[in-house]
Amino acid sequence: MPDATGLELIAQRVRESVGDDSVTDTIFYRGRATLDVAPQSVHDVIAYLRDDDQEPWDRLMSLHGVDYLPAEPRLGVHYELLSMERADRFNVRTRVGVEDPRLPTVVDVHPTANFQEREVYDMFGVVFEGHPDLRRILMPEDYEGYPQRRDFPMGGEPVIYTFNEPKLPRWYD
Amino acid sequence: MTEALDVPYRERERSVTMESIGEEHDELLTINIGPHHPATHGVLRLLTTLEGEIVRDVTPIIGYVHTGIEKSCEDQQYWKVIPFVERMDYLSYYFNAMAFCLAVESLLEEEVPARAQWLRVIHLELNRIASHLFWIATGSLDIGAITMLWWGCRDRDLALDLFEMSGGQRFHTRYFQVGGVIEDIPPGFEEMTRKFIKTMYTRIEQYLSLLDRNEIWLQRTKGTGIVPLETLLQLGVTGPLLRAAGHPWDLRKAMPHSGYENFDFTVPVGTVGDNYDRFRVRVEEMRQSLRIVEQALDGLPEGPYITANRKVALPPRHELATSMEALIHHFKLVTEGFRVPAGESYAAVESPRGELGCYVLADGSSKPARVHVRDPSFVNLQALPEMARGHLLADFITCVAMLDPILGGVDR
Repeated sequence: MPDATGLELIAQRVRESVGDDSVTDTIFYRGRATLDVAPQSVHDVIAYLRDDDQEPWDRLMSLHGVDYLPAEPRLGVHYELLSMERADRFNVRTRVGVEDPRLPTVVDVHPTANFQEREVYDMFGVVFEGHPDLRRILMPEDYEGYPQRRDFPMGGEPVIYTFNEPKLPRWYD
Repeated sequence: MTEALDVPYRERERSVTMESIGEEHDELLTINIGPHHPATHGVLRLLTTLEGEIVRDVTPIIGYVHTGIEKSCEDQQYWKVIPFVERMDYLSYYFNAMAFCLAVESLLEEEVPARAQWLRVIHLELNRIASHLFWIATGSLDIGAITMLWWGCRDRDLALDLFEMSGGQRFHTRYFQVGGVIEDIPPGFEEMTRKFIKTMYTRIEQYLSLLDRNEIWLQRTKGTGIVPLETLLQLGVTGPLLRAAGHPWDLRKAMPHSGYENFDFTVPVGTVGDNYDRFRVRVEEMRQSLRIVEQALDGLPEGPYITANRKVALPPRHELATSMEALIHHFKLVTEGFRVPAGESYAAVESPRGELGCYVLADGSSKPARVHVRDPSFVNLQALPEMARGHLLADFITCVAMLDPILGGVDR
């Protein structure tokens, strides 16, 4: 991970190249450097960090969603970047609200994001615009709701056993 | 007849595909392989488009063993999350627990004693051997080498015996705890492990003499499933698959955790990146793991096996009878668990299948607000269509075997 100064330098370079409003915050905590990015510019920032930065972050190792309930905006998407050359990691994060969350896809920059964006869509309902095949991946295709959101109840659906099957007629519909 | 046999079998096979029969028979056939099929290593459904016997396209469909472990983790105290994450990738449970513990330890800023780190390395590497043994057992079965199934499972049992000895369980041992390991190794463990290492060196030779000189094995694996290195990197593939393609990326060397920098081992890499290289890389990794375990046993430092911080780790049993504070700490830890300061962290370890990362979001309470595991099988599975496209259906099965996906980890 870059140190706190390194993080500010990266943030400065991103602001100069991608746009002033692209970086919203920098967080350095417990040795983890996080660059907070505005939702609309996340694709450009990831592409810039991969191709044009003087210290490129060329690999996306993990893309995952998180629900920051009760903080606003609630949903967050993390991009865990890696530089194999320097054996170093860097974290880019973006925050979107729970109402109609939309983000540009990064599949064209990092093809590995394909399954992982589908998982975030499946679990949190974040729509990745421009994703080639945005469908649910782990839950059934006709499933309603986004189970990893914090306000989704645990055990929120009936589970069929032999003892309660008669009480749930036509549960298979 | 002999002249026909001089032609490699793959070319003979090509002579009877749809292409050679003629245009009017060219038609695509879509079939499901799985979800319940022994060659899919779990409940993996592969929607395969075939043209004759040639695989034209593959779409992996997953989610059949999705159990919502990540959601369940949000309702558990930190020390109770460990058994949950262990059940994700059920063949490399020590690695799952390790990634989670590293993430929580970095939030707590907890130092792990040297002996605990060494014990962790011993168990991680034994687990890597056990996992690779099960891979070689089932993977060989897919290619038709049934003897290897019995041999691999037989020898994996020896490793499971060791886990049973140190942690009380053969699977999902819950041996790794935040701050160290739950118990010191019992007397006799070292002797058993050394015996195991000695046995394994000869057993690996036996595997190689069974497979590596087997004409069927060589023809089935050599030159199949090659994916260009750059494609693998873009797809985020890590672990033996990447190393077989010649990229020496191993987190144990690149970003060492748990004192891996103190051990002398090499990272085997392939040259071609075909299924044969994947096989050889994994077999060599088993040997290197044996070397690491040997060194760890030789240099096992004395000292505590878990952190002395009573706010995180349970006090030793004997203190409970004499110390009031120990009793209070024990009670608080068991009922409420320890609290982790708010923050987020991502820790990655080199599992038998690649980078296994764990992201933990702590909100200051005694339960994590989010646990996400970046499972290598889940990401590596994206490379399967690239591997199989344009190959024979039989080679496709080999590719799945050599990809080594664990569906518990894919679906979580």
